[in-house]
Amino acid sequence: MNATATDTHEQHDSHAPGLSDATAIKIALILAAMTALEVSTYYVDFGAFFMPVLMVLMVVKFFTVVSYFMHLKFEHQMFKLLFYTGLGLALFVYFVALATFKFFS
Amino acid sequence: MTHRCLVAKKRKSWHPLDDVAVLTSHDTGHDTGNGHSTSTGLSNNKMAMWLFLGSECLLFGGLISTYMLYRGRITQGPRPSQIFDIPFTSVSSFVLLMSSLTMVLAVTSAQRKDNERTKLWLTITALLGATFVGGQVYEFTAFYNEGLGFTTNLFSSSFYTLTGFHGVHVTVGVIMLLSLRGIISANKDTGDRAEVVELIGLYWHFVDIVWIIIFTLVYLIPA
Repeated sequence: MNATATDTHEQHDSHAPGLSDATAIKIALILAAMTALEVSTYYVDFGAFFMPVLMVLMVVKFFTVVSYFMHLKFEHQMFKLLFYTGLGLALFVYFVALATFKFFS
Repeated sequence: MTHRCLVAKKRKSWHPLDDVAVLTSHDTGHDTGNGHSTSTGLSNNKMAMWLFLGSECLLFGGLISTYMLYRGRITQGPRPSQIFDIPFTSVSSFVLLMSSLTMVLAVTSAQRKDNERTKLWLTITALLGATFVGGQVYEFTAFYNEGLGFTTNLFSSSFYTLTGFHGVHVTVGVIMLLSLRGIISANKDTGDRAEVVELIGLYWHFVDIVWIIIFTLVYLIPA
């Protein structure tokens, strides 16, 4: 087996090194801070930035958990394909439903 | 023992998948690193879990879409802004978010083969999840007492269906965590323990990311 093949197999290893505890705690603190910022929009008037701030925070939190806590960023392409296909189809369903009810009803 | 007897005995204990496993392992398979060989070199269990989570995206995508379409259909009953308790739900969200951290710590402990810490973090994660579910039951009860039943209007139906489905997922997760803790305590697990903890962790993080979306779209953005 050549070196490249060995590397590939190491990537497939289910025991591939994950997050260290310290990094996981740092990420959790960042997520907690973002949640606090989200909640603050309920008390503080963000004006025109209200919706964009909430949407950006939601998306950043979502992908932070998926990438680091679920480790998908470091996983094989096949796993990414399986998950993001489902996610893409879910978004597609939303836009189709929205179009059906809003524009064709 | 005659040759015929030996053949008969061999046939009795013959299992079709044994042959396949030998063929896969020697000829076409790839070691996944945990002693199992698969034709892709990837763990079949992990692949199944990611496929399942992809399909769960579709389930919650449908429920969230339905809620977004019906959130404004409030013909009778209280409005969400009148009954939602944002500070309470924020604390629940924080609890669920922190349970994701404790789940990561359980996975890293399992990878280090530290059974005691694995059990500890699994228990804490289950307790945080149970706290979240308890908060949801309290919230549903309070909403019902305020006059928002399941069939009060389209908003309430879609709201209870979406958040209820999520609550059921968290409950199933808590049951899985406690079961896994029991299995590890009894040392009755077979196969790769770290991978099993990781797979349940993936499910747990998934219910967390779904709540990240629900918390923003349902609670923080007014209907």
